[in-house]
Amino acid sequence: MSKQKICHVSDLIPNSGVCALLETSHNKNSEQIAIFYLPTTAEKVFAISNWDPIGEANVLSRGIVGNIEEELVVASPLYKQHFSLRTGQCVEDEIKIKTYPVSIDGENVYLN
Amino acid sequence: MSALKIVVVGNGMVGHHYVQTLADSTIEADITVIGGEPRPAYDRVHLSEVFDGKTSAELAMTTREHYEEISVDAHFGDFVAKIDRQAKQVITEGGQVFAYDKLVLATGSYPFIPPIPGYDQEHCLAYRTIDDLGEIKASAKGKKIGVVVGGGLLGLECANALKNLGLEAHVVEFAPGLMGVQLDDGGSVMLRRKIEALGVKVHTSKATQKITQGDQLRLKMEFADDTELETDMIVFSAGIRPYDQLARDADLKVGERGGIEIDYHCRTSDQDIFAIGECAVLGKFIYGLVAPGYRMAEAAVSQLHDNDDQKVSFTGSDMSTKLKLLGVDVGSIGDSKGNAENSRAFVFSDERDEVYKRLNVSADGKKVLGATLVGDCSDYDTLLQYYLNDIDLPDNPEAMILPAVDGAAPTLGADALPMTASICSCHNVTKGDIVQAIDGGCMTVADVKGETSAATGCGGCAALLKNVVDFELESRGMEVNTDICEHFKYTRQDLYTIAQSTQIKSFDELMEKHGAHKDSLGCDICKPAVASIMASLWNDHVLESQHVGLQDTNDTFMANMQKDGTYSVIPRVPGGEILPDQLIALGQVAKDYGLYSKITGGQRVDLFGARMNDLPDIWSALIDAGFETGHGYAKALRTVKSCVGSTWCRYGVQDSVGQAIDLENRYKGLRAPHKFKMAVSGCTRECAEAQSKDVGVIATENGWNLYVCGNGGMKPRHADLFATDLDTETLLKYIDRFLMFYIRTADRLQRTSVWFENLEGGLEYLKDVVINDSLGICEELESQMQHVIDTYQCEWKTAVNDKEKVKRFRQFVNSDQEDSNVIFVEERGQIRPATDVERKRSQLKAVS
Ligand code: SRM
Ligand SMILES: Cc1cc2nc3c(=O)[nH]c(=O)nc-3n(C[C@H](O)[C@H](O)[C@H](O)COP(=O)(O)OP(=O)(O)OC[C@H]3O[C@@H](n4cnc5c(N)ncnc54)[C@H](O)[C@@H]3O)c2cc1C
Ligand code: SF4
Ligand code: FES
Repeated sequence: MSKQKICHVSDLIPNSGVCALLETSHNKNSEQIAIFYLPTTAEKVFAISNWDPIGEANVLSRGIVGNIEEELVVASPLYKQHFSLRTGQCVEDEIKIKTYPVSIDGENVYLN
Repeated sequence: MSALKIVVVGNGMVGHHYVQTLADSTIEADITVIGGEPRPAYDRVHLSEVFDGKTSAELAMTTREHYEEISVDAHFGDFVAKIDRQAKQVITEGGQVFAYDKLVLATGSYPFIPPIPGYDQEHCLAYRTIDDLGEIKASAKGKKIGVVVGGGLLGLECANALKNLGLEAHVVEFAPGLMGVQLDDGGSVMLRRKIEALGVKVHTSKATQKITQGDQLRLKMEFADDTELETDMIVFSAGIRPYDQLARDADLKVGERGGIEIDYHCRTSDQDIFAIGECAVLGKFIYGLVAPGYRMAEAAVSQLHDNDDQKVSFTGSDMSTKLKLLGVDVGSIGDSKGNAENSRAFVFSDERDEVYKRLNVSADGKKVLGATLVGDCSDYDTLLQYYLNDIDLPDNPEAMILPAVDGAAPTLGADALPMTASICSCHNVTKGDIVQAIDGGCMTVADVKGETSAATGCGGCAALLKNVVDFELESRGMEVNTDICEHFKYTRQDLYTIAQSTQIKSFDELMEKHGAHKDSLGCDICKPAVASIMASLWNDHVLESQHVGLQDTNDTFMANMQKDGTYSVIPRVPGGEILPDQLIALGQVAKDYGLYSKITGGQRVDLFGARMNDLPDIWSALIDAGFETGHGYAKALRTVKSCVGSTWCRYGVQDSVGQAIDLENRYKGLRAPHKFKMAVSGCTRECAEAQSKDVGVIATENGWNLYVCGNGGMKPRHADLFATDLDTETLLKYIDRFLMFYIRTADRLQRTSVWFENLEGGLEYLKDVVINDSLGICEELESQMQHVIDTYQCEWKTAVNDKEKVKRFRQFVNSDQEDSNVIFVEERGQIRPATDVERKRSQLKAVS
């Protein structure tokens, strides 16, 4: 997959999340991805699916980010389950959600 | 064997305890109870609180319905007139006949009225029942002076009641001192000083000889020393006499000075008749307190078991007491006056602060024999445990009552108590019971209270209970971990204090200086908690960049997230009062944005189904129509519910709507550990349900009664009456202090009700802090509140006028589309979120 520009760094919110639409070839199958900007971490940006499989709504970008020991996580705003930002693994459940390789280059944020 | 027929005569506190204990036991019995008073058992101990606004319903210990549920045949308002021991039946004044296998006499006692000539006129009253209270109230109405005859415990309580009714209260005592039964001379003198300072007139060594018509007032009392006193009413409280006439008529043995004689099994001279409570005498002694009465009831029930192992005896009971009389702490333990031959006393008296303490120890100085405390009961719990459990005193027993010169006074560690130590005497809960409750899974003081009922009677044991629970949890290695989460080794209260005292204004700074690891990110526990602390302290806008990532989604988007990811919108409607044009505007906004509208339980309107990207426009429209944010999303003030009050209602005595609006405008936006709610009712009919709110206000003829720490929700709690007849200025002052004290000391997500249940010292302590400023912090609390009030802003107004903040509400940072998963269907003319099935159906349609 080629590198795809998603948004500007200025669209991100430090220590919080925003949501972007990943246009696929067919618009109807577009995916919502949650992008988190954590300037103090090594990776700085993380992208996971915006879909909360437990609360069944597109809301993960609106959760609170944090760490449980070494694991960087977001807490779903609906029922507070935690999902790993690096692996998509749910801490409380056997569920894993999709993650996306993402990076910052200059002023822009790219999906690889 | 068929069920035993048990008939209980008297439905006072002890009679009721007997019935309930028996019903809860495994013993098969048909229970009948006959009460002479017109109502089921009530809490006589707290009778005087009716003068502070408690209703008789609140004093009730049971109800007719409850008795019906537990299959108890109950009759009220009819006295038993005769016991027929041959036929084994009792006959009432009303002519009802009840047969028994076992009869239980729990007839209690009545106030002794000395046969002074003139004692039987109008306005010469007694003080024992709810009906007596009515008479006292009626007699006091509009009058100036009231006299209580008798300076014992009940007499002083009665004097307090008269004072609360607005009378000038006098106490006339025959003996040379007050509370002669419990206190030694020194204690009695100190008590008198304190009580006189409160405006109660005390006359000791006065023998009343005659009561005649007064010249200025209704009555005149003439004393043996040729002095006289005019008064509007007299209440006799000169001791009690057991109701034993029934027993006398039936030829049961009675004591020399009255009372039905019983043995250790609470049996009278007839093996099939028991006597319990204040009508019974054991070895010349009548136990005039409830706790011993309850123990008798339990002992009497246990005699019905077939198995001897299950029978318990009543061999007497500790009569130590701790009370607050007219706001003065008084405590008396064991041999309080040091009457025993080898008793050695330590006495401490401080006439400046008006504190008196006497400790009586054995000749070898090793054991506590008794103690008297006046003006300061803080040593009571410790001394009582030494006394009850026969624990060896330290080498310097005087340290037990001396004020701590440096450091804290020696308190008794919970570990030193034996398992049999009684922690709560009202409910007979021992340390062993508490340990068992913890073994059974209780993890907090509140859990243990719920499980054992400890500390839910007089409340005097609360501090000790907490010590025992904390000690037990710790000793199990279940370190009572009160850390807020892994990122801060502090409680919420600690974090609040740190942030306040070191002026920390952001989460990052707090983490760097006080976090467990300074480069942690934090989590969904500590972030919102710190955001709330910062807001309570400094009141910045919640969407300022240093706070934005800390907020729960509801605070971030200043709206409540619904199950499908859309939001609800609740504009503030202070006090529930709304202009017709505002109603129209609300409807218009709902129409324009296709929102579902509903009247909430908080007297305002909620609009549901708002998409995130529409929120700023919706709010711009609402703000134009004069609305402000309602903070439905925040841990902050929700609504101040009102009733229509004196403006329209024929019963209202104050303008409750106006007061509610003022309160709502004063406290709107104030962030707290949890949400909080208020209400104002215009009279005692209480149409605004103020007693179920964190802060409730009820109008009176003279001002406002303030209630605190009520709760609806999952565990309803009736609010406690905090202060009466306040003017508006004092009302606001108390609420300011109360709220800020709660905000400062509560745990995260702790409503005022739960906070209060865990507050050591309970209501008295809270009153001391808020009303008497016992911690010396009230000025600070008030100025903090003033800061929050002065810096109020409508968060939505600020947000819609700030481009950066509005940016936050975009659904997608790279597209103008909307969330395709949000699908509504129509129901009863409005939208609602589609169900799973409906959603799949409509998505299929969209694809095809
Ligand atoms: C809208 C409303 C129900 C309604 O349709 O009437 C409502 C709706 C919600 N209530 Fe409530 N409560 C509403 C009145 C009440 C009341 C009645 C009252 O205030 O008189 C109570 C009981 C009284 C009380 O709180 O003491 C009430 C007790 C609760 C509780 C339980 C609190 C407790 O201490 O046990 C929760 C859960 C919580 O706060 O943790 C809750 C939580 C909620 C939440 C916020 C749940 C959530 O997180 O999604 C609901 C979302 C509101 C929204 O999306 O806008 N709601 N809720 C009422 C809004 C009132 C308002 O105008 O602000
Ligand atoms: C104002 C006040 C304050 C008090 N404060 C405290 C305190 O702080 N701490 C404490 O421990 N104790 C206190 N007491 C004492 C406590 O209330 C009594 O010890 C307790 O109520 C005794 O319970 P009882 O059931 O034996 O008697 P009661 O509660 O008097 O009940 C007896 C009932 O039997 C009824 N009765 C009598 N004869 C008959 C009959 N023939 N047929 C049918 N019914 C009959 C009576 O009408 C009454 O309702 C206080 C008492 C008063 C009045
Ligand atoms: S509480 Fe009293 S004043 Fe208010 S509406 Fe009800 S009856 Fe009227
Ligand atoms: S001692 Fe009265 S409640 Fe425990």
